[in-house]
Amino acid sequence: MTTAQRVVVDPITRIEGHLRIEAETDADGKITSAYSAGTMVRGIEIILRGRDPRDAWAFAQRICGVCTLVHGIASVRSVEDALHRAIPSYSIPANAELIRNLMIAAQFVHDHVMHFYHLHALDWVDVVSALKADPKATSALAQSISGYSKSSPGYFADAQKKVKTFVEQGQLGIFANAYWGHPAYKLPPEANLMAVAHYLDALAWQRDVVKLHAIFGGKNPHPNFVVGGVPSAISVQSGTGSGKGPYHRGGQDATALNMVGLQTVANVIKQMREFVDQVYVPDTLAIAGFYKDWAGRGEGLGNFLSFGDLPAKGFWDPDSYLIPRGIILNRDLSTIHPIDLDADNEIQEYVSHSWYTYSEGDAQGLHPFRGETELNYTGPKPPYEHLDVAQKYSWLKSPRWKGHAMEVGPLARVLMMVAKGDKQAKELVDLTLKTLDVPVDALYSTLGRTAARTLETKILADAMQGWFDQLLANIKAGDVRTFNDQYWDPSTWPKHMQGVGLMEAPRGGLSHWIVIDDARISNYQAVVPSTWNAGPRDANGQPGAYEAALQDNHVMHDPKQPIEILRTIHSFDPCIACAVHVTDPDGEELVQVKIK
Amino acid sequence: MQGPLIDTLARQGVTRRTFLKYCATLASMMALPPSAGRAMAEAMAAARRPSVIWLPFQECTGCTESITRSHSPTLEGMIFDMISLDYQVTIMAAAGHQAEEALRNAMLENDGKYLLVVDGSIPMGDPGYGTHGGHSFVDHLQQAAKGAAAIIAVGTCASYGGIPKANPNPTGAVSVSDIIKDKPIVNIPGCPPIPVVMTGVLAHYLTFGSLPELDAKGRPKAFFGETIHDRCYRRPFYDQGKFAKTFDDEGARRGWCLFELGCKGPVTYNACATVKWNGGTSWPVESGHGCLGCSEPDFWDAGGFYKALSVPADPLKLAAAAAVVGAGAGVAVSFANRAKKGAAKKAHQPITLADLEK
Repeated sequence: MTTAQRVVVDPITRIEGHLRIEAETDADGKITSAYSAGTMVRGIEIILRGRDPRDAWAFAQRICGVCTLVHGIASVRSVEDALHRAIPSYSIPANAELIRNLMIAAQFVHDHVMHFYHLHALDWVDVVSALKADPKATSALAQSISGYSKSSPGYFADAQKKVKTFVEQGQLGIFANAYWGHPAYKLPPEANLMAVAHYLDALAWQRDVVKLHAIFGGKNPHPNFVVGGVPSAISVQSGTGSGKGPYHRGGQDATALNMVGLQTVANVIKQMREFVDQVYVPDTLAIAGFYKDWAGRGEGLGNFLSFGDLPAKGFWDPDSYLIPRGIILNRDLSTIHPIDLDADNEIQEYVSHSWYTYSEGDAQGLHPFRGETELNYTGPKPPYEHLDVAQKYSWLKSPRWKGHAMEVGPLARVLMMVAKGDKQAKELVDLTLKTLDVPVDALYSTLGRTAARTLETKILADAMQGWFDQLLANIKAGDVRTFNDQYWDPSTWPKHMQGVGLMEAPRGGLSHWIVIDDARISNYQAVVPSTWNAGPRDANGQPGAYEAALQDNHVMHDPKQPIEILRTIHSFDPCIACAVHVTDPDGEELVQVKIK
Repeated sequence: MQGPLIDTLARQGVTRRTFLKYCATLASMMALPPSAGRAMAEAMAAARRPSVIWLPFQECTGCTESITRSHSPTLEGMIFDMISLDYQVTIMAAAGHQAEEALRNAMLENDGKYLLVVDGSIPMGDPGYGTHGGHSFVDHLQQAAKGAAAIIAVGTCASYGGIPKANPNPTGAVSVSDIIKDKPIVNIPGCPPIPVVMTGVLAHYLTFGSLPELDAKGRPKAFFGETIHDRCYRRPFYDQGKFAKTFDDEGARRGWCLFELGCKGPVTYNACATVKWNGGTSWPVESGHGCLGCSEPDFWDAGGFYKALSVPADPLKLAAAAAVVGAGAGVAVSFANRAKKGAAKKAHQPITLADLEK
């Protein structure tokens, strides 16, 4: 039916950033080997060198505008960790931890819902088929799986009319030239229409729920942070100053974090929980039911890493985290291996297949604190047809833990929670397996990864209420501290410090490693989720998580229509701008070209 | 006024009045004369939606994310009713060859007419620093620019080089206008830009077939005519000399001026203080952090986000100090713009629905 060939998908769309996949298929269309390449570099960590560590968060945050706060938080934590290592009494106020937890969880909920509906759904949902649906039957379907209020026949008829008018006008825009009608689409027209309606609904919902970030961080994308706490001063006490008008007096309502702002936050939490419970979770289960064959492919590595996050007792007490820290090897949930962050032989990055050069040879791995990188593009001169995958072929490095390639992200976190005995996680996983009538092994798959993302969204959305209640209780009790100004002034810092800012980003474990000398950054390394997942092969030829997953049981119906590749790659939710990071410990000036 | 758009909107439950009101608000926000609102409404009701092609280069997708946060018009509203978004890799369904074919088709079918939107800077150090479908970014940009009627550079990276260009500019990053010299270009800086500024410029273009009036840095005057400081609600505290000294002292909680904590509001031209963010919820200063100056060229290298500008309130000295921090080139020009905008405002009649329905 077909011959062995090299399939190239570039650009991979509906992701963040610039990703290219090359895959080799055999005569049956089965993928025999796959290669993942990041094709864009900016060099943000070179840019960070020599700067004020307190400024680093703003630079680091621009690594990615999708998971928009994660690099900001990891960055301020890295500086705070450096201070804490040097001065053990150093910490940040409880309110700041609560506000950060709320902002992190809000990012997860927002990001995961958008990923499901706007980035991943079109791999499973046929928009054109939705035109054939009966709105009444769609309404019955929707009401059978959820109590969501928008489920009348009229609601679905409106959504269908909107799409129909659009299609009839003949300008398909973002829906043009896609894979509609491909036999891989299995949903009945009514399920397609329901998903299309929720695609539109989720777009409106996401605009509203980011208001939580606007209250605490001033805007979204790219809310503001500050080393030592959060910048949003709490302004709920009455003003006592002089002058005219409420703002002139100051006090109550003077900042966004006033009673109105707190009410906005409370409303957002409610909106998030409603949408997750009534739309996202039921849709995931309903759609997954038609794609159970995808529980049998796309596993990848079977090794999982989580740095953990969402502390109850502060960043330096990992045992208090909602998402636990640890390593799972070969699907063995009975043993959680600890991570020694400072051990030279645990977390390492390789560049054997990446466009960088190490001073002492490209075969070794380097711990991030002594990480080094020099840009060295040796790929084909553009325009090119194929990358030479036997050589270097990506701007991503290959992080490893004790030499093992690891998967990070929702599946790693849910497994870690289950392994640690988290009751809610276990119940949700059991319920999902039971509803879909699939065995436990189904978790280790493309479908399992996508389902895990939905389940953790519910866990985090539910947890938000608790942090918010605690924040209110603190304020009521008179604790309005949000910032630690001790050691704000870099002249009070020790001459040499280093720290690591860890967190769980929506796409997985994130770590920022900072070395500070004379109050300036001397080395900055970001080892990020999509580098773990999307990185190329290492010195031993071990593939990264994307590559391994594509090599697990993927037969392409038509190699010209890469929908199978998109399904599994999207199940990881790629974020490639995050994954490409560059440092240059020698501060060597690189080529600069000016265009006249 | 009639047309497919109005019919479509009517079917979707959007009344003619709501639509006109939106156009009036937009026109008013952009300080356009009353007739502009009606012209906008008519242009946007045109039969064939103009093609928009969006190319990403050295970017973080923050600009795309920002436009999805637009409340009025919404992104989906624009896609369904105003523009034909023919290439946008973050949200388009097709990938790989199918995506590239969609791009080629859109460029051919709309040759000379499409609007090109660019986010991200372009690396000139080595073509391998950025490729897309195997082609270098600069090649991609030059090819797509040829048939474009105009280019909108969204975000500080596409407008001025942005963070990739920050010292020492490891990849040789440049802006769109550094490369393309023969097309009308509008810069919409901001990291990211305010959504309504992006949609407002698009609406202006759809209406008049031209770009709005720009300042010396290529920015629409309507949104970049005044500094953050000029319109800041905390300005009275600055004038009274009341400054927050840390992020949670009594002054911070009372909303005192953030000048001493490094606010770059006095040297930053943008609309955050008036339009605010996320449906008017808040904006950076209201949430306690000084302005980073993110819509100014080279703000990344302007001396540190927590270092106070060494300036008094005197505008002349302000301009001098701005030059010191490196963000002030063109400040004098912008002052002139402000005067112009002030005059436009004086001449500006409020637009009513009755005007539009005439």
